[in-house]
Amino acid sequence: MDAEEHATVDPRGGYRAPRTSVQVPKLAGYQFREYFRSRRFVILAFIVVIIGVILTAVVAHFRGAIVSTNLAFYGSFWGGGVDLVIVLSAVFFGGDAIAGEFQNKTGYFLMGLPIRRSAVYIGKYIAAYLASALMLLLFLVILVMNGAYYFGPGLFPWELLFSFVLALVYLAAVLGATFLFSSLFKTSAYGFVLTAILFLFGFSLIQDLLTSLVHIEPWMVISYANSVIGEVFSNPVNWGWAGQTTTTMIGPRESLVTYTAGVGEGVVIMIAYFFLTTLAGLWLFEREEFT
Amino acid sequence: MDAPSIETRGLTKRWGSFTALDHLSLRLEGAKCVGFLGPNGAGKTTTLKLLTDMIFPTEGECFINGVSVQESRKRTLEHAGVLIESPEIYPSLTPREALEMVADLRGVPASERRGRIDTVLAEVKMSDWADKKVGRFSKGMKQRINIAAALVHDPEVVILDEPSTGLDPRGMAEVRAIVRDLKKSQRLIFMSSHILSEVTEVCDEVALIDRGKLLFFDTLANVTKRFSDGHASVDVAFARPIAEAALRQETAALSSVKNIVPLGGQKFRIMFEGGLEAQEKLMEALVERHLGLVSMAESESALEEIYLRQISRGD
Repeated sequence: MDAEEHATVDPRGGYRAPRTSVQVPKLAGYQFREYFRSRRFVILAFIVVIIGVILTAVVAHFRGAIVSTNLAFYGSFWGGGVDLVIVLSAVFFGGDAIAGEFQNKTGYFLMGLPIRRSAVYIGKYIAAYLASALMLLLFLVILVMNGAYYFGPGLFPWELLFSFVLALVYLAAVLGATFLFSSLFKTSAYGFVLTAILFLFGFSLIQDLLTSLVHIEPWMVISYANSVIGEVFSNPVNWGWAGQTTTTMIGPRESLVTYTAGVGEGVVIMIAYFFLTTLAGLWLFEREEFT
Repeated sequence: MDAPSIETRGLTKRWGSFTALDHLSLRLEGAKCVGFLGPNGAGKTTTLKLLTDMIFPTEGECFINGVSVQESRKRTLEHAGVLIESPEIYPSLTPREALEMVADLRGVPASERRGRIDTVLAEVKMSDWADKKVGRFSKGMKQRINIAAALVHDPEVVILDEPSTGLDPRGMAEVRAIVRDLKKSQRLIFMSSHILSEVTEVCDEVALIDRGKLLFFDTLANVTKRFSDGHASVDVAFARPIAEAALRQETAALSSVKNIVPLGGQKFRIMFEGGLEAQEKLMEALVERHLGLVSMAESESALEEIYLRQISRGD
């Protein structure tokens, strides 16, 4: 915040724009309302319900091992869908958040206002985050309804709440990256496609290559870090700041090395992704020209 | 309080080897309307975008009310109402909501917001549409809301980039009326336009730019005087058909008349010298001769002729 924002009385008269710290939540509120009323919100909510219904049907059909314990159930159901819900939410609400301002020319409406570019970026990020978190909540409600059916209404493990918090951290990181991609291009489609490809397949592929070919812990890949969302339902849980290496012999000479992120380590990696991508996206947006 | 002002100092914008704006230095000060003319690609919108920090200069700097736009976009845009490139408004918003957002982010107190919004909606004749979703509006209707958004905080500097773009003739006339009204309230208006008649009608001063360079900047009267070789021209219309030769003969006694050009139908353009006095005598003579004169107006094309001559000089 610079000196200009400390003056409360405008010597020229007229209206004084609020401080940036006040403008950000205001803009986030208006943007959230825009998301909430949009067709994409309804479509995504419908998709989340469909994912929930499919998982409900799968659990109902196979029951057995899945509903053997409530931890196994929540681990399978939540772990099976939360990744997809987060990536879809990020794509729907963040994919065109910045690029769309250029492509649809809505940016010219905002950029004529006395507001910092960073305030626009952060305000839009918060709105997209809230809209995405609502989708996550919707998925959680479907899960909890299933859980209540199988295990009774009072048997919700604390691991579920903890995993939900981890999912919110992962959402922050994914949205950070989505906003970065959206800032890189002036065409929304690139942001959508890049986010979807990277988070649905790309990072997993890189993680597999690093693990199986180079045999190093893929700590720099976010799909490795986000595995802790499902990991908290396992027994025992690695709560540490370092990953665990497991070597399994798959023949007389061949071995399979697997790495499991510690919960602390995963959280740190996701937070690092959030900060790095958000700062890079902000840096780009500050320099982007509305040509 | 100082008069509102807009200033550019050596403002230059290059994209690679292409120079969109070449050391533009311009100072506008006081309550008036300045027309910013130039052909497509001359650098008009580039200048206005630089003035509003939508793009960044390669060299030079610009100021609104003496404050550098490049150093403090927020401070400078507080006093400016801006309409650049016919922006799109979020489609799910109604005009009232869009203006509410603008007013809120601009710091218009909640107690005054509704009143300000109603006022500007009435100014742009969109009161009846205030609560309908913008997504279904025509381009012209959206442009009116954009103009309202530029005025909702009652700015002392107004920057308009071709405000009549996309409007039908009635809409264009209404925009001209809006700009004329703005002039009454001590504002500095900087308006780019392709439409020379619009500039002639509403602007006090005119700046002409071509290929990124300023060709001239002066009052409309001075420009006309400076570039029209001392001749003024009026367009006259008659109720009855009259031959060009007959009209020449009828005005032969007036030494001030230099040329007569038929404009089609019963209309002619008469070039003369001698200012208003000569114009008065010309009108008297045409009325006295009972030729059926029904109108006489200053030729709108004076600026057009100057414009075309100046632009073609650069080719």
